[in-house]
Parts: sequence; structure tokens; C-alpha cells
Amino acid sequence: MKTKKNVLERAMVSVQTKVQATVPAERQVQAAHMAKKAQRLAGKGKPLVLTERPIPDAADVPLAELDVSNPFLFRQGKSRDYFKRLREEAPVHYMPDSPFGPFWSITRYEDIRAVDTNAEVFSAEPVIVMGDIPLEIAMFIAMDPPRHDTQRKAVQGVVAPKNLKEMESLIRERIVEVLDSLPTDRPFDWVDRVSIEITGRMLATLLDFPYEQRRKLTYWSDAISGTTEGTGGITHQDEFFKATAELAREFIALWHDKAARREQGETGFDLVTLMQSSDETKDMISRPLEFLGNLTLLIVGGNDTTRNSMSGGVLALHQNRDQFEKLKANPDLIPNMVSEIIRWQTPLAYMRRIATRDVHFGGQFIRKGDKIIMWYASGNRDEAQFDDPDAFRIDRANARHHMSFGFGVHRCMGNRLAEMQLRILWEELLARFDQIEVIGEPTYVQSNFVRGYGRMIVQLTPKSDG
Amino acid sequence: MPTVTFVEHDGTPHTIDFVEGQSMMEAATNNAVPGIEGDCGGEAACGTCHIIITDDWISTTGTRSDRESQMIEMSPECQANSRLACQLVASKAMDGLKVRLPEFQM
Ligand code: HEM
Ligand code: FES
Repeated sequence: MKTKKNVLERAMVSVQTKVQATVPAERQVQAAHMAKKAQRLAGKGKPLVLTERPIPDAADVPLAELDVSNPFLFRQGKSRDYFKRLREEAPVHYMPDSPFGPFWSITRYEDIRAVDTNAEVFSAEPVIVMGDIPLEIAMFIAMDPPRHDTQRKAVQGVVAPKNLKEMESLIRERIVEVLDSLPTDRPFDWVDRVSIEITGRMLATLLDFPYEQRRKLTYWSDAISGTTEGTGGITHQDEFFKATAELAREFIALWHDKAARREQGETGFDLVTLMQSSDETKDMISRPLEFLGNLTLLIVGGNDTTRNSMSGGVLALHQNRDQFEKLKANPDLIPNMVSEIIRWQTPLAYMRRIATRDVHFGGQFIRKGDKIIMWYASGNRDEAQFDDPDAFRIDRANARHHMSFGFGVHRCMGNRLAEMQLRILWEELLARFDQIEVIGEPTYVQSNFVRGYGRMIVQLTPKSDG
Repeated sequence: MPTVTFVEHDGTPHTIDFVEGQSMMEAATNNAVPGIEGDCGGEAACGTCHIIITDDWISTTGTRSDRESQMIEMSPECQANSRLACQLVASKAMDGLKVRLPEFQM
């Protein structure tokens, strides 16, 4: 039997752990923020400002000056020709000077796979975006084995196929809710109403985050992955720190809330519950930066990637009407089409590595410490791997061989979840709509890392028999 | 022709012919064995061709290499005799080989 004293004691202990755990994470974020501000005041570490200018054609630029770090490349439709030229003329290309520092570009499929599977020579530490980030949050996507393996194993259960199977009907229910609320009598923004909405709901479910507040997840994710210094995006450093501190505060509170509910006998298949029920991770909260890193990784990793695949698929089918007809005639093609959408879109253009030693690679001499960018966006359009690579073909035989999920130890942990969401989305779309028309041009995200859409106006035509 | 049997997690067996010199992943995907995906085309880079060798065959097939370990050991279903089928080159000695599939590929 529980005595009153017992309960009180436990409450005290819980408050104490809470204080120990909350203070450091937030304070570390704040301290890093102050340091950056102080640097700025001293005239150092000035925030990077990037201004959009028309980008010349690939053929008009000397090879040595071909700068694929430009965050406007995809928006201006130049990415295809720039990478094609690199693949043909300089597959391992050195850019001595860019707003993100000097870097090597690897652009052929086979070379990228070779780098991605050689973690010993090509380290993912300390960050996987091109430039610097204001605060290095401990995420296992940017750790090498063996540290990486331990961390990944601790959390992968949440998106493991076994867990997903149990979640499938819930995922479908939530997707159906979104689709059934869409207007068919007027155009609307697909990105906001469908892509963001579904991925937000999914993440909230996965994390058991308060459902009504799910847009916060979208905001944090965009702010954290979109710093100008890191990826050429539009997030100011101050915004980054604000988002990170908020995320830390809310998730540490969530941890304690879940712990209390677990004591009442509540169960669940969300990330925090899984962490709390595994011996290796049940004390994760006493390692707050690690806890924060794992959460941030799931929030950022699972967010705009899937979102932009949901928008990209609609755009690809709009631009390739014959493929949409083929799909309607044969819905069994959906799983293969999902892979083709992910190949065609390549939601994350690259991952970065650092050479751990001097190495000869692809006829070039890469020095220890050099930065190497593996351009998945280029590998996915490599004509040596994919026949007519720029074409969108829903029945492409080797679509599954795309490299959008990366290869090697860091291969995307959420790939099955992403595929499942897209598959269900298309199954339910086909059941409801005859036409999905994109009106005008979508707007493109400013980034050299995320390949995505800001707005995409769509008009739906319901199925006549439905 | 020599044959190999892939046994799905639920016990369903698939016996197929193989050609010496090809990988067991290729043999499986060419014959559409469910549960072997081979997303990286056979480079030990994706972990979607995970198989489990039965004890009586492990001396013939050999145990996994470090490269394979890097990928498979992250799977919750990894066992002592787990291998990547793409790294297992089919030889005559493997005629009659029986392997089990995990419930899920990564
Ligand atoms: C179409 C959607 C997605 C794409 C294109 C994508 C892409 C990627 C890429 C390129 C990597 C790094 C691979 C490498 O370094 O070799 C990665 C890793 C990762 N992704 Fe995804 N991702 C997607 C969806 C998701 C989802 C839905 C989640 C989780 C909910 C997720 C969680 C992760 C995690 C945790 C990692 C780190 C894995 C590690 O380092 O071991 N991703 N993803
Ligand atoms: S096919 Fe990718 S690891 Fe075997």
C-alpha cells in the first residue's frame, strides 16, 4: 500500500530530477546563444547574408567556378545542368571558395555510395550540413560508429517496421481526415493543407506531442534546418536558438508528464514511452543534450523530407499526365511510384563528410580534414545508373535503387515510415480524386540542402462515381 | 540446377534455382522471393537482404564479414548467423542450402 509519505517522497525526487535535467539543456542552449551574440558584437562571426541573383547557365561558367552550394540553384531550375556538367567533366570537384568554405563535390552514383559506406575514412562528425551550425546538438546522424550505433539502436524501435504495422490504421485514419476536409470547389495550398498537415500529425503521433500544438513541430524543424550559415536558408541565428530552447523545454516537460502517466499505468508506442521502457534509455533524461539530439533528429529528419515528397509527387504527376493515367489504370504501381517520387524529388540534396586522413579518390587527392559533399540529388540523376534519369516514370524498374535515403550505417532510419505515409496518401487520393491540378508555379524553398516547396496551389476534381 | 530455399518468417518456403557465381540476393530478387529487397544493388550498403543461415550450413557459407556486420548489427533481428545475401556468392557446395528471413528488412 502506498503511504502518503511515500508519495510525497517520490514527488520530491521527481522534482529534483526535473530541476537537474531541465536546467542544463536549456542553459547550454542559452549560453551558446550568448556566446554567439558576444562574438557578433565584437564584430566577429557576422551573420551570413545571401542575396538572390540570376544564376548563369552551367555551360557559361568556368568549371573551377561552378558553385553548387548556391541555395537558389534548385529554385532557378539550374540544378540539373550544373550537376550534369560536374558528373561528366569533374565527378570529384573542388570548390576552393564558397560562402560555406571550401568543399569537394562527389556527383556520381557509384562514388557517392563508396563514400557513404566508408565511415572510417569519411566521417559524419561533427555536422552533416555544408556550413557551420550555431550549436552542435548531439545527433547520431552526425556521429561515427561505435557511438552512432548505440544511439541509433536505442531509438530505432519507434519507426521499426514492427511498430509501424501497429500504427498503420491510425496513420490511415489521420490521412483520411485530412483528405476529407479538402475543398473541391476552389484552389488551395497543397503544402499547407496536406503536406505539412499530414507530416505534422504523424510526428505528433510518433512523439505523443500535444496534438493541437503540432504546428510547433513544423516551426522548430524549419527553423533548425534552415540557418543561413548551415544550409543557405532564411533562419537567423537568434531564431535558431529560440526554436532549440523552446523544443528543449517542451520535450523535457513531456518526458516528465509521460513518466507520471506511465506510473498511472498508461502505455503507448511513442518515442518517449519506448525510451522510458528500455533499460538502455530509461535514464536518457539525465543526459539532456543527448535526449534533445535524438528528438531533434526525429523532428527534423521526419518532417520536411516527407512533406516535400508529398508535394513533389503531385507536381511530378501534374507535369507527367501520362503517368497519372498509368497510375489510375494500375494502382498496384503505387509502391514503386513512391520510390520514384523519392528519387525524383531527392528531398535532401546531400550529406556532408570530413576526410579522416589523406586519401586518393576518383583521381583526386583529398586531404585530411577536407569537407566532402555527397550529392544524392546528382547521384539520383546519374545516367550511368538510371536510364533517362530526368524522366519521371512510375514503373521504373530500378526506382528502389535511388539514393535519397543514403547508404551505409546512416541509411535513413525513417525510410519505412516515409514510404508508408506516401503509399497510404496515394491510395486514399486515388480513391477520391480524378484530377489533381497544380495551378501556376509552386514556390521553392531557399536552401542548398532541403529541396522543397513553400506553396503549391492545387485544384481537385472529385471522382465522378465517388 | 542447384537450388536454395528461402523460408519466410511465417514459415512459407520458396525454393529457387541459382546460378553459380551470382549472389544469393540476385538469385532471390531475380525469382521475386518476397522479403529480399536489395535496395543498394548488392553493395552491403542498405541492409535489405538480411538472411539467417541455419547452423548446419554456416560452415559452408561462412560467417559474415565486418562490412556486413556494420549494416546488419543495427537490426533488432540480428542473430549470430545473420548475413547479407548480396555478400554470399553462390557456389555448387550450397546446393540445397536453406536460409531463414527476418520478419522485416531494415
Ligand atoms: C522521404 C523521406 C525521407 C528522406 C528522403 C530522408 C533522407 C535521409 C537521409 C539522406 C539520411 C542520411 C543518410 C546517410 O547519411 O547516408 C537520413 C537519416 C535519417 N533519417 Fe531520414 N529521410 C526521410 C524520412 C525520415 C523520417 C520519416 C524519419 C523519422 C521519423 C527520418 C529519420 C532519420 C534519422 C533518425 C536518420 C539518421 C540515421 C542514422 O544516422 O543512422 N527520416 N534520412
Ligand atoms: S542489397 Fe543492399 S545490403 Fe545487400
